[in-house]
Parts: sequence; structure tokens; C-alpha cells
Amino acid sequence: MNSAEAVLESLQRQGLSSLYPDRIRITVGRATCGLAAGADAVYQYIREEADRRRLDLQIVSTGCLGWCQQEPLVTVQAPGRPRLVYGRVDQALTGEILDGAGGGSFPESRLIGKIYADEVLLTGQRIFLTGEPESGPVLDQTSFYAPQLKVVTRNCGYIDPGSIAEYAARGGYRALWKALQAQPEQIIDEITASGLRGRGGGGYPTGRKWQATRRQPGDVKYVICNADEGDPGAYMDRSVLEGDPHTVLEGMIIGGYAIGARSGIIYVRSEYPLAVVRLQEAIGEANRVGALGKNIFGSGFDFQIEVVKGQGAFVCGEETAMIAAIEGKAGEPHPRPPYPSEAGLWGKPTCINNVETWANVPPIIMRGSGWFTGIGTESSKGTKVFALVGEISNNGLVEVPMGTTLRQVVVDAAGGAGRFALKAVQTGGPSGGCIPAGMFDLPVDYEALTGAGSIMGSGGMVVMDERTCMVDVARFFLSFTRDESCGKCMACREGTWQMLQILDRIAEGRAVMEDLELLERLALAVRDASLCGLGQTAPSPVLSTLRYFRDEYEAHIRDGFCPAGVCKGLFRLVIDQEACTGCGRCARVCQAEAVSVIGDVAGQETAKKYLVDQERCVQCRSCLDACAHRAVRVIPRGGAVVDAD
Amino acid sequence: MYVDDAEIRDVIAGHQERNGRVTAILEDLQQRCRYLPEQALRIVAGELGLPLTQLYGVATFFAAFSLEPQGQHLVSVCHGTACHVKGAGRVSESLERELQVAIGKTTGDGQFTLKSVRCLGCCSLAPVVSIDGRAYGRMKPDTVEAVLSDWRGGDRR
Repeated sequence: MNSAEAVLESLQRQGLSSLYPDRIRITVGRATCGLAAGADAVYQYIREEADRRRLDLQIVSTGCLGWCQQEPLVTVQAPGRPRLVYGRVDQALTGEILDGAGGGSFPESRLIGKIYADEVLLTGQRIFLTGEPESGPVLDQTSFYAPQLKVVTRNCGYIDPGSIAEYAARGGYRALWKALQAQPEQIIDEITASGLRGRGGGGYPTGRKWQATRRQPGDVKYVICNADEGDPGAYMDRSVLEGDPHTVLEGMIIGGYAIGARSGIIYVRSEYPLAVVRLQEAIGEANRVGALGKNIFGSGFDFQIEVVKGQGAFVCGEETAMIAAIEGKAGEPHPRPPYPSEAGLWGKPTCINNVETWANVPPIIMRGSGWFTGIGTESSKGTKVFALVGEISNNGLVEVPMGTTLRQVVVDAAGGAGRFALKAVQTGGPSGGCIPAGMFDLPVDYEALTGAGSIMGSGGMVVMDERTCMVDVARFFLSFTRDESCGKCMACREGTWQMLQILDRIAEGRAVMEDLELLERLALAVRDASLCGLGQTAPSPVLSTLRYFRDEYEAHIRDGFCPAGVCKGLFRLVIDQEACTGCGRCARVCQAEAVSVIGDVAGQETAKKYLVDQERCVQCRSCLDACAHRAVRVIPRGGAVVDAD
Repeated sequence: MYVDDAEIRDVIAGHQERNGRVTAILEDLQQRCRYLPEQALRIVAGELGLPLTQLYGVATFFAAFSLEPQGQHLVSVCHGTACHVKGAGRVSESLERELQVAIGKTTGDGQFTLKSVRCLGCCSLAPVVSIDGRAYGRMKPDTVEAVLSDWRGGDRR
């Protein structure tokens, strides 16, 4: 066995004994989403309590398991037993868990699932945690996880992201070792054959990008990882960087070898401080074991990776703008050609791929392109990670095979809407569009989503119900792109501003019907006359909402009515006396003290009825959101009065 | 906060990397001074041999930099899509009331700067507010006061 194999073997052994120790292992999800939900307090409490109770436990921080709605997430693994996954863990539940660890029984409450076996995706091997027969709830069979296939997020929430040994125990850095045995061209052929396409949103074939950079003459080339995840409503990349940084590094090192680059840069936004820390730790560890740096695994190949922090500019997601920012200039894009593959960073050939794209590389190299093409649709291979947020029961990160329908994601995994009807799902952020609920049978596929007027995008999926106003959504995105337009192109700079003026008029009830035509004409002009992706796609949220929800725009203009009850001044809130049960929740949540009792009904003291005082109402909709009986209604300003006023 | 010329030169000397050098230096200075003083930009331009216009361009292009002094604590209200849909506007209004300062401004005592930001990436816990990088999820207009009280009166708790 040569030395690289020995290093990997030893790391793997070390990692396995840490992942499957002969004492109880407790993990706390401490990615940013977990921390925002209070995971730090839980983690500290477990440590202190374990000490106080003199329990010999392995207590580990992990990334995010994906089911963010359930944060803070804690897993408990006793030797020979299934791993227990607890959601919404607080101090009280922590105490009960530690009672279990001290020899009692583990709590049943807030146990969201059990894991009986771990699949090691890179080797196809299964590690059984227990000989016990399965009994529910099994985590993989819960509605949230059942439609999922974890390739990119395979390690997130399982391993300690600071431990290269645990990464190696799950097959990590084997793909790099395998790649180094092959010729660079073979690696590119494999990536090309896999059909992998850019996960940042564009969907450009990755193999072709690598090939174009490799073909350029010259010794100095760069690979860049685009981790400037600026799309509001999307956090897949953050989760991968925080939960499994080594998979991104491994992908980049393999890419560097294939392309002929010796230097890699990760451009990560400074709004992700934890991701920056995780990456720097991982780079240090990879250097320490010889997977990065000089003469990697004794192959003679040198490669180094550094982190550059983005300082907050959405347009830097555009390749040429990002390069300008790294070179110390304002992040403005420039015309292509020349493409970065010809003249990129410091004028040298440069290959830029997104976090999720790089993270797909090790599995493809390990399992082969044939395995990868077995997942997905004709034109879209593999999986896609989505950040599923908005008005749904289960917020979180889901990774599904391409070809999965929107309904399977939004309704099955996300649990659909609550009391309010689903209206649309927004994909692609400021560059994408809204797909109405009637089209939820569409598959997740680059071409299918583009055909529907949206895009795959980087993976933001914001679910909207009937309380969301589509004019307001378009206005929100336009105000975003207006702010983020770098100002270089007149069409984008002035066009987004003018479009926003029109949307403001519509939302404030000051528009005329001709404004809709003007809005459409402006949208097409901005799309056609802008240099970069930001401007070219900025009109998409407007165009797609006009396409599917034109009646809402018309209601604002013609009737001065916002049917969703969002645009202030264009609706009234009233209480439907038939539906009201008199529970009084509306009155309790109203900060304006605008909801009051109108008296007892039919002599029953408990059956009080409520009404909204229109003079006092500030239209904050707290009552609408709070009413469990859907008794609060949105009606036009001059509409029929259901209230008894 | 006052930083003398020698310290500015030390900061510059501490960043010898080629990639992202300018933004790394400005980030460092922004953290020390809580803004980018004109004098600092002039020294950086001189030391790096870059035109001052380029430094000014970078300093005004990126959201993280400021040419005016910022408060001791930075309160960022996320206005990403999920937060917007889930009522970030109401949380903002509530923060403006509590701190008696408009979005983008600093309180009179220099304690807090209130900012609106584009997505902190905690969408599943929308609406989110972050104070000096610490994220608070599932915010409501009436929970704002409790969160701020952690940070009032000098350093945190």
C-alpha cells in the first residue's frame, strides 16, 4: 500500500471509531439556522449537564440535517441502537435525553425519527446501527425525507464538519485519490458524460466549461468556487459549506487537476461568517493530511485554496463581476467574450463553478457517470437541493432527484399550506418567476421550469399562499434588483427604477390600465438591452406574475382592491359573523386595539362575537393570521359589509 | 473609533495576499474604525499604488462598507424573500420604534446602527434579525424589545 492509501485508511479508521463509538454519541446541529433557533444554548447545556451528572458522552457539533423547521435538532446514538432524532429541543427535553443517557429510557416526545442504517453514498455500502427490527417513526420514511435523495448533502448533519477523519470515514478524499490515478482528460470526459450542469442557476454543462479552460494555453489557470449566494430565500450553499466543507474542497482539487490549475479561490459572502470559519478549518486539515498543498498524495500535483470574502453585492454572483471584485475593483460585470475560460482572473483562464456543482464532483468520480445519469431526467441529471421556505408546514433543505414534481416537493415534503390555499411557488429568486399552484405537476428540470416562465435558479423555493399578493412579490424583487443593479447599463439602471415606479403606483391604487402595457414593454427592453444576467433576468418576476396573475394586477388598478390583503389602503379586514366562534384570539393579537367584542350572542356568555374598528385598524393582518376559523375576511374598501357596523 | 496612520499601515502590511487584498484591507479597517475614514482610504491608495477613485468605488459599491461612523452594534433586519413574505416589514417598524431611529441610521448615543439587509440565509426561521452576526429567528414585532435588551448598555450581558 502506498502512503496516500495508508493516510486515507488511517483517517477512515479514526473517523469510523468517532462516528460509531462504544459510548453514547450526541450531535447538536449547530449550523446558522440551528444557532438562530437556540442550538448553542442546548449544546452548552448538554455539556454542562453531562459533566455534572458524570456521564461519559461524545458530544459533537454537526451541520444541518435539513429539517430546519425542527431546529434545534439533536441526535442520540447509543451503541447497538437506532439513532434517535429529536426536533425543537429545549432545556427540558435535553434533561430527559440525558436521563435516557444515564440509564433510563429515552423520551418519546418530539422524536421526529429513527435512523437504523447509514448509507455511505460514495461506496454504496450500508452501515447498520442495530439488529433491531424497524419500528416507526423511521426518519427516511417521514413525509419530509421520503422524496429525498442525498448526494450533495449526504454528510450534512451527520458528521462533525471540523473532522477530516469523519469525512474520510464516509468515503471522503477517495475520489481525489482515484482521480489522481487517471489522466486529466479522462476526468473531464467523465464529468461531461455525467451530464452535470451548473447548479448556480445557469445550467451550463460543467464538463464543457472545464474543457474550455483546459484547452487554453498557459501555465497559470484558476478555479473559483462561487459561494456568493446572494439570492434572497436561498441558503443551500451555506448549509453545504457549514455542514460538509471538505466535499467542496475535494471537488475543487479534482477540478484543478483536470483543468490544469494550481490555485483555487472560494469567494464566499461575508454574511456567512460560520461558513468562512468552517472553510478555513477544512483547508488547514486538508493541508495537514496531504490532500491539499504541495505534491498532493505523492502525485506531484500541487494545488492550494484560499478564501476571499465577498462584501455584499448581488451582482458579484455574475462571473466577470466576481473576478473584478477579487482583483480589488468595484464588482461590475464586463462583456463576454472573452469568457473567463479564456481571460478570467488576472487575465488568466479561469473556471468558475458554484458550491453545489463542486460538491457533486466527488460522488460522480467515485460512482461513475453511469450511476449519475441514472438519476434525473433526459436533460437534467442528478439531484437538486432546494431551500424550501415560506408559507408551509415544513421549512427546510430538501435534495430531490431531478424530475421530481413540484407537488412532491411543495406538498409532500413541505407539508403544503396550513389553513390557507397554496397559490404559487417562486423559484430562481430575483431572476426567476412564480409558478401557480395549478402547474405543480411540473417536474424539477431546467427546461421545464424555463418553459413555465421561471428558472431552476440556484435553489430558492419560496411557497406562497392566498395571503401573498403577486403585485407585492413583483415589487419586492424589483426593489431588490433596482438596489443591486451596478448601474453600468442604462437599461437595467433606469429600467428597473421605472418599472418599480409603475409597480408602486399599482400597489398604491394610483395606476391606470395603460400602465400594464408600459410595464410589459419596459420589461422586455430591460431584458434585451442589459449586459449581464442580473439585468437580463430582472424583469422575470414581473413577466411571470403578469402571465399567471394578471387578474390581480387588474383588480388593483380597476377596483382599487388587493385581493390578498397586502397592499395597504386597498382592502378592509372584517370578521365573518357566521364563521366566528368567539374565541377572541384576534382581539388578543391586535396591537392597535382595533378588534372588540360586540356582545354576547343568543344569551351564551362564552359565545362572544368580534368586529374590526376600521378607524383604528392599521391593516397589519395579525388577526387574519391568528384566526383558526378563517373568519377574518379581506374585502374591497367599498365592499359589502359583513361586520355588524 | 480613532485609528492612527501607523495602525492603518500595519493593517495594510498584514494583508500580503494578492486575491481579494483590497476588500480584505477595507474589511479590516471597517471593523477597527466602524467606518472607512477618508484618511484611511488615502493611505491605502498610496500604499497599494492605486487611484483613490478605485478605492472610493470599492468602498461605496459593497454593502459592508460605510463612509460614515456606524454604531457599536449592528442590527440587521433581513429582508430576503422568506422574511418579506413572513412579515419583516412589521419587525422593521417595531425596531424603528424601539430604537427611535430610521433604517440605515445610527442611534444618537452611538450604540446601534439599524440596517436592512438582503438575506442572511436563515430563511427557514424567517423573519430573522441579526445583531453583530448573531441571528435571532422567528421574530415578531413584540419580541424585538426582549432581543434588544440583551445588547443595551455597553457590551452584551
